[in-house]
Order: sequence, then C-alpha cells, then structure tokens
Amino acid sequence: MKLDSKIPAGPIAEKWTRHKFNLKLVNPANKRKYDVIVVGTGLAGSSAAASLAELGYNVKAFTYHDSPRRAHSIAAQGGINAAKNYQNDGDSVYRLFYDTVKGGDYRAREANVYRLAEVSVSIIDQCVAQGVPFAREYGGLLANRSFGGAQVSRTFYARGQTGQQLLLGAYSAMNRQIANGKVKLYTRTEMLDVVVIDGKARGIITRDLITGKIEAHSAHAVLLCTGGYSNVFYLSTSAKNCNATAAWRAHKKGALFGNPCFTQIHPTCIPVSGDHQSKLTLMSESLRNDGRVWVPKKGIKGLKAKDAVNIPESERDYFLERRYPSFGNLVPRDVASRNAKYVCDEGRGVGSSGLAVFLDFSDAIKRDGRNTIEAKYGNLFDMYKQITGDNPYEVPMMIFPAVHYTMGGLWVDYNLMTTVPGLYALGEANFSDHGANRLGASALMQGLADGYFVIPYTIGDYLATIGWNDKVGTDHPAFKESMEQVQLGIKRLLDINGNKTVDEFHRQLGHIMWEYCGMSRNEEGLKKAKKMIQDLRAEFWSNVKVLGTSTELNAELEKANRVADFLELGELMVDDALHRSESCGGHFREESATEDGEAKRKDDEFAFVSAWEYKGSNQAEELHKEELVFENVKLTQRSYK
Amino acid sequence: MKVTLKIWRQKGPNEKGGFKTYQHDHVSPDMSFLEMLDVLNTNLIKKGEEPVHFDHDCREGICGMCSLYINGHPHGPLQTTTCQLHMRSFKDGETITIEPWRARAFPIIKDLVVDRTAFDRIQQAGGYISVNTGGVPDANEIPIPKKVADEAFDAATCIGCGACVAACKNASAMLFVSAKVSQFALLPQGKPERKERVQKMVAQMDAEGFGACTNTKACEAECPKGISVTNIARLNREYYSASISSYEWQVGGGGE
Repeated sequence: MKLDSKIPAGPIAEKWTRHKFNLKLVNPANKRKYDVIVVGTGLAGSSAAASLAELGYNVKAFTYHDSPRRAHSIAAQGGINAAKNYQNDGDSVYRLFYDTVKGGDYRAREANVYRLAEVSVSIIDQCVAQGVPFAREYGGLLANRSFGGAQVSRTFYARGQTGQQLLLGAYSAMNRQIANGKVKLYTRTEMLDVVVIDGKARGIITRDLITGKIEAHSAHAVLLCTGGYSNVFYLSTSAKNCNATAAWRAHKKGALFGNPCFTQIHPTCIPVSGDHQSKLTLMSESLRNDGRVWVPKKGIKGLKAKDAVNIPESERDYFLERRYPSFGNLVPRDVASRNAKYVCDEGRGVGSSGLAVFLDFSDAIKRDGRNTIEAKYGNLFDMYKQITGDNPYEVPMMIFPAVHYTMGGLWVDYNLMTTVPGLYALGEANFSDHGANRLGASALMQGLADGYFVIPYTIGDYLATIGWNDKVGTDHPAFKESMEQVQLGIKRLLDINGNKTVDEFHRQLGHIMWEYCGMSRNEEGLKKAKKMIQDLRAEFWSNVKVLGTSTELNAELEKANRVADFLELGELMVDDALHRSESCGGHFREESATEDGEAKRKDDEFAFVSAWEYKGSNQAEELHKEELVFENVKLTQRSYK
Repeated sequence: MKVTLKIWRQKGPNEKGGFKTYQHDHVSPDMSFLEMLDVLNTNLIKKGEEPVHFDHDCREGICGMCSLYINGHPHGPLQTTTCQLHMRSFKDGETITIEPWRARAFPIIKDLVVDRTAFDRIQQAGGYISVNTGGVPDANEIPIPKKVADEAFDAATCIGCGACVAACKNASAMLFVSAKVSQFALLPQGKPERKERVQKMVAQMDAEGFGACTNTKACEAECPKGISVTNIARLNREYYSASISSYEWQVGGGGE
C-alpha cells in the first residue's frame, strides 16, 4: 500500500485556497441525492453534521449518549486558539502554524497545520454568530488570554467552560437541521462496524443500546468523529464512556492507524485516592502560573498536605525551578509530567500513595493576597476541595500527571479521508494536526476546523467523483454478513460467563499501559508489556463475566465490547512505541535522551508518520511510513533550561 | 464506612419497579458517590446479580449525564452533580435512598436511568440562532457589553441534567427552558428570532408533558450550576411580550 497524503502543490499559504478551487463540486440540486453518516456528535461530529446538512446533504448522526450535548468535548476548560491578532501583539496565521508545528515536536504535517491556523479565524466568527458567550472586555469586544507554548494572547475562552459553550453552539446548529429534517439523529446508538464493499465505505452497523437491536445503515460516505482513546489507560481525564471501538473497528476494515503511541499526559490532575478510583480530574494548567511544585528533599512516607507546612524551606526541593531556571514551573506539559514521575520514582512522592507532588500557593497568597488568588482560581480551588476534602488556601494541593489526549488516531490524507475511500476521520479521532504533542487550546480548534470548514469542501470532491448512483443498499449481503459478525461477537462475550468483571480487566490493562507505555518508555518494558497484554487478552476471552442479555440496556456488555477493542489497540500502541526508538513530544524513550535526561529526537531516522495496517486477528501489523517534509519550519531541539 | 442502600430497581420501561436494599460495607469517605455504586456493582456481578444501571459519563460535573434522586434531593445533599458528591458527605451507618428522576416527561428506561430526550426536542423546537456555516460577520463586529455577555454566559452554563424538573413538585421544565431563552434574548445575535423562539420552545415544553411553574424556586435551590430563577422571570416576560406584540411586517409595516 502506498500512502498518498494528497498535499497540494504550491507555497504553504496558497495550498488550501488552490486545493479548494481544484476540488470537484456537487451541484446544489444534486446534494439532496447523497446520504452521509456521521458517527459521534462532539465538536467535530456536530459541526460536520450541521454544516453538511446546511449544504443540502442528507445526514444521519449517531451517538451512544442520550443527547449530543453529553459528548466529552463539553469538558474542555481552557479555550480555543485563533490567529485573530485582536491583541495587536504580533500574532498571525503563520505564527500559529509555526507554534503548532514546533509544539508538536516536528511530527505533524505542515500543510494540515497551516490550514488549521488559516481557518481558525473563521471558527471564532462562526461561534459568535451562533451566540456562544465568549469572555469580553468592558468595551464589548472579545477578550483573549495566553496559553502554554505561545508568546502571544490568542486564546478565546468562556470562563473555564469553553468546550461546553462551543459544543452547545454546534449542538444548536445541528438541532436546527434536525428541525429542518436534514439531520436524522440516533441517540443511545453505538456503531459497531463499518461496512466496506468494493473497497469503499458504504455504511455502518449499529446497536440500539436500549433494545439491543442490531441495525444496518447505508450511505455514500461515513465520517468518524468519535474522539480519542485515552481510556485504554483505564484512568484518564476522558469521560467514562469514551472508547476506541468505532476507530478500531474501522482500522480492522482497512483504515490505517497513525502514530498510536502519541499520547499526552497532563501534569495537573488530582491524584488517585484509592483502588475505587474511576477517573481522573484535570485542573487547568493555568494553576502553574502561581503555584510552586515541590517535594521534600528526602522522602517521607505518606506525607499529608496538612503536615507539609511544617517542612522548612531548606528541606524542600522545587524541582522544576531547580532544573529549568528560565521556564520554572511553566515548562511544557510533557516535561512537567516526566519530572513529577522521576521524583516519585526516587521515593520522594507525597500523599498516601506516594504518587503525588505538591502544588503550593502559600507564596502567591502571601505576595498577592488571598482575594487575588481567589479571583483567579476560585472555582478550581473549590473543585479541589470538593474532591479531596483539603482546602488549598491553607495546605498545598497534591497533583499527579494523567493521560489527557491522544494525538494518534486514524491516518487521514489532506482531505481527512482514511485509507478506506469514503471513510473519513475528524477531530481527535484522526492523527493529523498535533504531531507528537498537542498545545493547550488546540483540540477545540481542530475539532471545529475539521467539521465546519474542511469536510464540507473535501467531501464534495469524493461524492462528485463517485456519483449519487454509486450507493449500496442495506439488503446487500455484506451488510447482513457484518451484522452477523457483530451479533456473534456479542454472543461470544455473553457466553463466557467467567469470574472477572470487565472493569477488573480494564483496570489491569490500564496498569500495564501506564507502567510501560506511559510517561517514560524503554525497550525492555515495552516488550514485557506486549506479552502481558497478549496474556490478558487471552484471559479476557476465557474468563470475563458479562451478565444480562443482548436485548436490553446492558452497560456491562457495552463496556465489554469496548474493552475487547482496547486490549487490541493497547498492543499496537506498544508496538508503535517500541518501533519509534526516539523521544519526541509526549513519547519519551529512555534510550534516546540527552546527557541531562531531556528528550532527544532523531530526525534522520524518524521524521515520518507511522501508519499501521491491520493484518488479521493476532497477526503482527504492518508499518507504513509517510515521510514528513518540512519546507517552512526549521527543525530544532526544544529547550526550556 | 458502612452504608445501607435502598435503590429503585426496575427491569424496563413497562415493568413494575420497587426498592431493593443492599448492605455496603466497604465504603471509603474519599469515594465519589458513583464510585461507591461502581464497587456495589462489582460485588453484585461477582455474586451473579445484575448490576444497578445508572447514567453517568464525564464524572467532572459538566456533561449533565448523571442524575439520581438521593435522600429526597436531586444530586444528593450538596448543590453539585452526583458525580462530584463524595461519601464524606454521608455518615457512617447511614441509610441512603436512591431513586430515578421522577417526572412524566422523563420515563424510566431501567433502574435509575431515565429518558431525557424531551429536553432535546425543546431545543430542536427553537433553541438556536439561524445562521449557516460561513458568511458570518467578523466576531468583533458586534460589540456586546460585558455585563450582558456575562449574564448570557451564566444562563448558558446549564448542563441539561434535569435536576430542576426532578426537584419541582410540578415537574416543570421552566428553569431549563428559561436558561436557553435568556441566553439568546440577551445577546444581539438572538434578537431577530426572539419571539418565535420563545413561543416554539414553550409550546414544545407543554407538549412534552412538563408541569407549570408555581414559583416555589425548588429548581434554583437544587440546580448544580446555580441557574437563577431570574431567568424564569425573563422567560415569562419574553413569552408575554411575544404573545401580545408582533413584528412590523406582520401588520404590513413594510408599506404593502
């Protein structure tokens, strides 16, 4: 298989404009003859469904939630970047492009990133027109703030709930099209397979989560907007139901998976409190503007936050300030996370588990007064108190890194099409724009860019090429066959009736991934993890216990289906991490470090996208490489010393 | 800690439900309420009993998916979502009663899971501003006073969980509907459609079988996001003004 990224020719700033002109158009009167399936209704899915329906296509949208408004895009706190340069501080499309490529540690495709920066300005206009209540200045114009990895203020925000407001905007646009009859919405309906006939995506197989009914849906094109796979780690900041099933099943039907080992670990999460822990809560990284990160110089077992105040200055190690004097506590996410891990590995971690570091606001409160700190972080402090029972105005917070985002995803070309013609991937579900590390406030930007401003153009080219007659109905044997496969898989899970719950397997998988394929990875550990995952998978298929039937609401069955897929994806992540023996962005290989322990890229060997091809059950996947060409940005080693 | 749980179990929408009592002896005060139920479910599965179904997703208080009527309060004793409620808010040995949201417009699907799609249908009736993607003015072309933007934002923070309906003795959805109506009535972008919007959304609210508002303010007291009943006053004003006035074109103001 030859990977064709379809990057248009010409200077970077003209590529998208030229490409839009060269794309084929579907005549307005003919658009109603085409059906498009959208799976997932977060930022990418809702915005795509609404925009395509506005153009005149017939859209069927699917979500496993009871409402599109529940999608996990809603939980994004910080903001959305756009190169508006409203602050007159030197921002530009080119600068946003440059920052994003650099922030991604030079493992993203230049052309895609430039387009992202280019359409970012339209996203803000669109959202404001929809009534999204962004923060404003007293003069009535939009406010901005600065965010990690940038030296300009380009982040638009709606208090700490930007994702919520943007999602509700896209949701309202889709609601309007539901009312117009152009979008048909299927709620509590989960996609369990993609149907590929004659090499093209022709539809999907779904399960109604309330009745258990398996159904086939056909269309001219299928869009997967199904988010990332952080939950392979069991504990992450993702919502409990986030899963990789749609993407993984598409992968098994021929869509290559790009850079699966690129995961982002966020440094400021609330630590695990016990074995019952079900998910991790993120607190905005803005806290590191005023909080100082430290651990005791000598390890103290089970050190509590209330006892921390008794430890004299001379016995504290402000390890980020010590190692990175110029950036201090504001080093990028990956660096901050890794250093927290190191001090805990040394036995200097705090809290009952020893897996936490302090984030201390006492100096900031002394310097600026409690009122100032409360005005800045009041809601975060309240949230912390709510969850932990500790009051961060009086004792230091405890934080620990957690998996937060996956840069990897289905491989797509410049048109967002996967290697299966007619099958697209948008938003976090694709691999395309963030390289090996995503900058803050860029996930919302990408999801909406793909849905509002990229897919409405690129899908037309495919649809115009195939023509509206090129559609296969659900009476085709391939749909029946796929439905039977799905039903068989479900029956298999219910028939095992073993001794361990789905959660127990999921938790075990999460431990393996976190330990060996988390913040820091090495060859020995990864090889060990691969074997452990294979064993765990074999045990799962002989010893999982799923009660109930397939014809009712059955949450355990839903989870079992998803964990079965995580158990396969986990192994591919390990394979990818094993193959990429360089360090870059969120992927840190201990074998590839500078003398003082910082990440070291190997551009000569690894300046490519890893795209993995599924070769059958329990077979090794085949690696394809898309070479990355940097014509505009000069590759340099990141330094925060 | 140990707690006794009285949980509503109901096999399906048309089955008869009832309370079942469970003894839960391994509860940590640091557990969230939902984690306490996770542990209960693991124990039930191990014993071969069907786990308790409940809705949940983000577990950080923003998606609006979790519900539960706990000891007579939607989302339990604190003014947060159930996922943000922790077991340290309960006493050792306490008996905790857990029911689904109870409202005619929110039929029970199974156990503690209810169907809240009535809320979506209200939004589909008019909870949007009619703009297509593309071709909109520059974002800074419409200055909006900060106070107005902040007020609109406060209304827009509703998470659509339905606690307001569950708290209301009339099962009224006025707080939910008023939050969306307020957001768009306040903002200049929402003005062109404000009359149709409020009328359509209220009509849909009534069609779904939600009750009337009798100003008990239980909704505001229980709302995990602190949505104010001021929004209900605004909804009423919007509704009456839409009912008794009309657009210029409706009276031939265009000179026809």
